[in-house]
Amino acid sequence: MQVDAGDGVLFRSASASERQTFSELNSNQSNPSAGRRSGAGPGRLVDPLEDPLPGKSKDRDRHREIANKSRQSTVALLHSVSDAFSGWLLMLLVGLMSGALAGGIDIAAHWLTDMKEGLCLVGFWFNHEHCCWTSNETTFQERDRCPQWQSWAEIMTGTSEGALAYFVNYLMFLVWALLFALLAVTLVRAFAPYACGSGIPEIKTILSGFIIRGYLGKWTLIIKTITLVLAVSSGLSLGKEGPLVHVACCCANILCHLFTKYRKNEAKRREVLSAAAAVGVSVAFGAPIGGVLFSLEEVSYYFPLKTLWRSFFAALVAAFTLRSINPFGNSRLVLFYVEFHAPWHLVELGPFILLGIFGGLWGALFIRANIAWCRIRKSTRLGHYPVTEVLVVTALTGMLAYPNSYTRMGGAELISELFNDCSLLDSSQLCGYKQVGGASNSTSGAGVGNGLADRPAGVGLYAALWQLALALVFKMMITVITFGMKVPSGLFIPSMAVGAIAGRLLGVGMEQLAYYNHDSAIFRGWCSPGADCITPGLYAMVGAAACLGGVTRMTVSLVVIMFELTGGLEYIVPLMAATMTSKWVADAFGREGIYEAHIRLNGYPFLEPKEEFQHSSLTADVMRPRRSDPPLAVLTQEGMTVEEVEALVESTHYSGFPVVVSQDSHRLVGFVLRRDLLISIDNARKRQEGVVGASQVVFTEHSPAPADDAPPPLRLRGIVDLSPFTVTDHTPMDITVDIFRKLGLRQCLVTHNGKLLGIITKKDILKHMANDCQQRPRLHPLQL
Amino acid sequence: MYTCIHVSLKNAKSLICDLLQNSEDIRCKCICPPYRDIEGQIYKQNVSLKDCNCLHVVEPMPVDGKDVEAYCLRCECKFEERSSATIKVTIIMYLSILGLLLLYMVYLTLLEPMLKRRLFGHSQLIQSDDDVGDQQPFANAHNVLSHSHSRPNMLNKVEHAQQRWRRQVQEQRKSVFDRHVVLS
Repeated sequence: MQVDAGDGVLFRSASASERQTFSELNSNQSNPSAGRRSGAGPGRLVDPLEDPLPGKSKDRDRHREIANKSRQSTVALLHSVSDAFSGWLLMLLVGLMSGALAGGIDIAAHWLTDMKEGLCLVGFWFNHEHCCWTSNETTFQERDRCPQWQSWAEIMTGTSEGALAYFVNYLMFLVWALLFALLAVTLVRAFAPYACGSGIPEIKTILSGFIIRGYLGKWTLIIKTITLVLAVSSGLSLGKEGPLVHVACCCANILCHLFTKYRKNEAKRREVLSAAAAVGVSVAFGAPIGGVLFSLEEVSYYFPLKTLWRSFFAALVAAFTLRSINPFGNSRLVLFYVEFHAPWHLVELGPFILLGIFGGLWGALFIRANIAWCRIRKSTRLGHYPVTEVLVVTALTGMLAYPNSYTRMGGAELISELFNDCSLLDSSQLCGYKQVGGASNSTSGAGVGNGLADRPAGVGLYAALWQLALALVFKMMITVITFGMKVPSGLFIPSMAVGAIAGRLLGVGMEQLAYYNHDSAIFRGWCSPGADCITPGLYAMVGAAACLGGVTRMTVSLVVIMFELTGGLEYIVPLMAATMTSKWVADAFGREGIYEAHIRLNGYPFLEPKEEFQHSSLTADVMRPRRSDPPLAVLTQEGMTVEEVEALVESTHYSGFPVVVSQDSHRLVGFVLRRDLLISIDNARKRQEGVVGASQVVFTEHSPAPADDAPPPLRLRGIVDLSPFTVTDHTPMDITVDIFRKLGLRQCLVTHNGKLLGIITKKDILKHMANDCQQRPRLHPLQL
Repeated sequence: MYTCIHVSLKNAKSLICDLLQNSEDIRCKCICPPYRDIEGQIYKQNVSLKDCNCLHVVEPMPVDGKDVEAYCLRCECKFEERSSATIKVTIIMYLSILGLLLLYMVYLTLLEPMLKRRLFGHSQLIQSDDDVGDQQPFANAHNVLSHSHSRPNMLNKVEHAQQRWRRQVQEQRKSVFDRHVVLS
């Protein structure tokens, strides 16, 4: 029977190196209260004392004590008030720090992205838009041309047109992109390897109880912030939303150390981390409510109502801080904040559902492809050259992206342009419609939509459509190999970009169809010529939501984020239709979103809350000891000597032992932890008089009087947990797994007719679930 | 004397105000689309919010008296402000932190082994078992140092903390980059 030891290692047939690591861990176990957990490997399960349920009861005791004392004196009253306030103060600080960091990241990323194209002569710290801010030489057709900003070709060769200039610009673009990527990956490798990737799968695991030491530390925070800017600026097809969630959680973890209430209690710290995840999404999108719902739906494991209110507060504070830093210069929170109020018609639900199907298919395909690629990276020689891989992918992205203006601009800019509804004030290629019937036919429609009737596509628009189609194919393929590289990478923006391109293409297609077929049955009723009925920008938005939903399987949070981005409550129905369709279609191909897929790929011990068993089984089938195992190692409540107890504990590697009445009748008394046993015996040997190897160990309340010549007994009732969780052997596995999930247990005792039969642990459940899905169990290597 | 203090306070206040808020940081931007045979045009001026409308900003007005209203109806004027001081400070802070990190990385990988090698010579140093040879060949260098010279406690603590941090980073690097155990 295998009970996992306190560090999470299941000691079956471990290889020699694992065994050696394990014994190191074992020797560290004897002094856990000193707080040193060095060298204990990347992760361990939370101690049972700090699981949600017992952790909460510890917190309730502490709170009760403070509340009772507060009536005694003013100082105690102040203490109780400050204790209640500390939670809110912590949320405020988390919001401020995350908002400030996000603002800094945004400003730096914009500047560095534009650095690939040119330099501002009036002040090198301005990006392109800010450089030309005061200039009066910008024209209607070329809104970003001004003499203060010069491209590299102009600076180096003096010309800005022609083949040489194009070549020089191309080369400098590639050089800068490679430089940024190289800096990013070497900094990550040298200082904080945990800063790579998105961070959301690991945060999900942390919030379900698995601690990864150093994952939310200060070096990870610094490196993630700095290298996120570099990675985004290097032109790679990645976004910064996932890493911003990681950054916010790091801030929260660091600030928790200021408050004793949160520093010592892991369960309360996890509540703060849930709120910090909400803050991360809130600063990424400017969507506080969406952020809270995202934390509730995607990231958190255990989300009480109190956390809901506090998360919302923290998200608002962060959004407000970001707004006052004003990284975009217009008091906008997010680069693609659009304000649409064009109406949509019921017939358009057809194309919206089509977009949903596309999003679902894309999501399923992307997850399969990305997981396959990550698996290749883990198991073959590709994984040995992370720096080279990053550089090659950056070079490939840069070379293929530069010629097409839609892939050259960053992901967020592309989305912003695609969401934009074309009005008379726009002069971009995407708004290159033919002018119909004179230029003054649009003043009547003011107030509804953009006032512009549907027009036939002009030359500019056809060119834009070709380029967009190529961009779609390119982005679909390059994101598969980009996500998961050893630089901070998120995937919200690339998925939304793919969806927005597809949506815009469909929207323009519908618009032209409506223009040329306005007499047909579909369009006659609602789309008369001269009316503005189809808004391609809306299709882009719906497409973006569908693709993002297909990849991450978000539902409510996605809809809320999208309508917080646009401010249009009118669009809830199309968004919901597309999101639901994409989720159903994607679920038909595979039940996991991208984050759960990565969790399973890495083998983290995460009990997926939504999984169900395909075959029903009883607890007796999964518990230990199985038929071939040695019998259960138990302690009897009296009758064992200190020597026997120590021998039993040393000979096995279990993290705890059940205490029974006697060896004959295995009636359950309680459960005692290994480390408590060892500490108490150590202390007793040093402090108590007369305790030697032959002393009796007594777990009962009243011990029998010792014989005269026998040494005094060692009373250890205080360390026994007298209320261990038990299930019977006939409990169906579904209920047992539910108990584990909801109470956050690590192990549970199994009884039969009131007598102790065996024990079942979280690892056994994970193995059973993996077996049940007919896949080979892919547990964390430290667990094997 | 009081007038002196008063004047200098005023000067200080205006100096700080100038530093914090550049008067060029506000603008009113009007975009006017093509109208009849006049091309589209963008006008910018730094005026305050109350003056941010077509009549004040569009200069010189390209149309005559009776068309002005029709022309201005099609224009869209927006008031925008930014804080160039924030941008400057952020970028300079970012570059300095990046520079510091790069210097530290260069120091750790190139200079420190060279310095330690010069100070101790090869004979006194023992390689520890589990390092792969890039960061910790001189793992007990600080032990040797503390035995041979008497150093103040502060420096010892810093050395100790640094060694512990480097061990942690090495562990992390092994599990992420080499064994691909965490973070795929």
